[in-house]
Amino acid sequence: MDWFFNFPDMSRSDLREFKKTVDFAFTDFSRAYGQGIEEFFEPLLMFLVWFEKLFINTPWPIIIFSILLLAWIGSRSMLIVVGTFLSFMLIGYFGMWEDTMSTLAIILVATFLCIAIGIPLGIAMARSNKVQAGIVPVLDVMQTIPSFVYLIPVVMLLGIGKVPGLIAVCIYAIPPIVRLTNLGIRLVDKDVLEAADSFGANYWQKLFGVQMPLALPTIFAGVNQTIMMALAMVVIASMIGVKGLGLPVLRAISNQYLALGLMNGLAIVILAIIFDRVTQKFGMRMQKYRNEGKD
Amino acid sequence: MSSKDILIRVNQLYKIFGIGDKSALDLVKNGMGKDELLEKSNCVLGLNNINLNIKRGKIQVVMGLSGSGKSTLIRHLNRLIEPTSGEIIFNDTNILNLTQKELIQFRQNNMSMVFQKFALFPHKTVLQNVGYGLAIQNISKDKWSEKAQKWIKRVGLDGYETYYPGQLSGGMQQRVGLARALATDAEILLMDEAFSALDPLIRSEMQNILLDLQSELRKTIIFITHDLDEALKIGDRIAILRDGSMVQDSDPQEIIMNPADEYVSDFIKDINRARVIQARSIMTPTKTKSSGATVKEDMVLEDILQIMSDAPSKPVTIENTKGKITGKIEMVNLIEGMKRPKSLGTNITG
Repeated sequence: MDWFFNFPDMSRSDLREFKKTVDFAFTDFSRAYGQGIEEFFEPLLMFLVWFEKLFINTPWPIIIFSILLLAWIGSRSMLIVVGTFLSFMLIGYFGMWEDTMSTLAIILVATFLCIAIGIPLGIAMARSNKVQAGIVPVLDVMQTIPSFVYLIPVVMLLGIGKVPGLIAVCIYAIPPIVRLTNLGIRLVDKDVLEAADSFGANYWQKLFGVQMPLALPTIFAGVNQTIMMALAMVVIASMIGVKGLGLPVLRAISNQYLALGLMNGLAIVILAIIFDRVTQKFGMRMQKYRNEGKD
Repeated sequence: MSSKDILIRVNQLYKIFGIGDKSALDLVKNGMGKDELLEKSNCVLGLNNINLNIKRGKIQVVMGLSGSGKSTLIRHLNRLIEPTSGEIIFNDTNILNLTQKELIQFRQNNMSMVFQKFALFPHKTVLQNVGYGLAIQNISKDKWSEKAQKWIKRVGLDGYETYYPGQLSGGMQQRVGLARALATDAEILLMDEAFSALDPLIRSEMQNILLDLQSELRKTIIFITHDLDEALKIGDRIAILRDGSMVQDSDPQEIIMNPADEYVSDFIKDINRARVIQARSIMTPTKTKSSGATVKEDMVLEDILQIMSDAPSKPVTIENTKGKITGKIEMVNLIEGMKRPKSLGTNITG
């Protein structure tokens, strides 16, 4: 009856062998290909470094002015612009300017990457049920697997630094944009698509002339979510060598610096709120035609 | 009727929805009905051996209740739905044999469609909607907007070019739909219950716009409706579908005077016969002039009654559009014509 009370598991030595095999296999793999993969990402690293330097080295008034301008273009709301101005002044005054710029740089690059990869993936999913059935489980895994688990192979392959950090952020942040692009396109009114068909529109004309514009508000909700999730990964990414607001938070945890942790944590929150409000307002403006239209 | 008059020929068209439609086709060809087929093979019979000749420059109405297959039939003409078997001949080519590329060409140049729920592009302005069929043919913006402008004016929406569909009323939206279909100059116009979603007054107005346009454009129009009054008002010919089969296809007058079966009789039961039956349907053919007034052969009974009430004993003379005498009508003919055919039963209460 032993098997009834204790789970009949594999023997300890077998298990050790199994783990060892997997570990060695991956170590061999990273030894063989790590160099190549790193070289593949070299241009990305260069760009990341250049982009971060650009943010840090540009005089702060110019940066603030550009951010306010973008906030205005996106939201057309004076309230949001004033709020953004005060927030950035506060961040700078408390000495977090440089870290904030680093974080901003990596978030922007990560978001851009997620959009560039995510939207075409979403389109492919919307086009074919088989592709959708193949990608959905992958997205599920990406969203639910603890971030630390996929940090291990990433670090084994690429070591510690900006690029592995960026990849970790992207893995975490890309699912919403893929899902919502797919959903948005699939939700486009069938009657309207039939009309486009009846006038002899081809696949691309339907995609770019009808489906994408009508799906845009949904896709934009995906962009918004992707940015939010990228920001949420800042602290974890700092564990593998990404500079920015996450690093002081990490330091604060290990040394129990309450004020430092709180300040940097709140700076991340402020960034998140600004991004969220601006992109949401922008998304709402894009579907104005649904209510009153004419402008 | 010479074969040159016929623009589209639908020959032995079958459509069966569901998996295993090819084997189900054999069952249907051996005479299995809709209900039995659904039970036996889980397939839905959409169209059952449809044969239809559509004349050039005429309005062919296709009528039937919901689920009778009329929307399915019209979608076969531009292949929004693929048939299970059969052929559709347009200008000596079988539309069903067109490649994807040819089909796109065909849809762009030869056929356009107006939809029951309008199906306008909500993110495009009225001008962009109307110009859509041209814009996707890579015609320059100047050209298509000029043409679109012309059609917007023609349907009476001048000044609404920059509006979005969501800002317009239902009737105005369908005018946009009509203008969009006309803008491509396609020879054939498919109208899928185009006016069914509109309220009665607007619907009547749209019917008049259509007839007005048709008298000038002479397009070949396939018009789907479930409303007999509408069918009688605009149809040059009416085909009636039931459960995917063609029950009757004839002149509108013929449908009222000689309904093919109970189903058709049911359809025409409630119409005001005095207002739709024309003189030519009930007249006694003769070449000689009668003692009463002279009227045209397409005058409806109601109007003839008005004329005859002054001198009930004098038969009226009927002449055709060229002014030649073709027959006469007496008061008895009038009464006979207004009562329902025997097969319909008397159906009088109180």
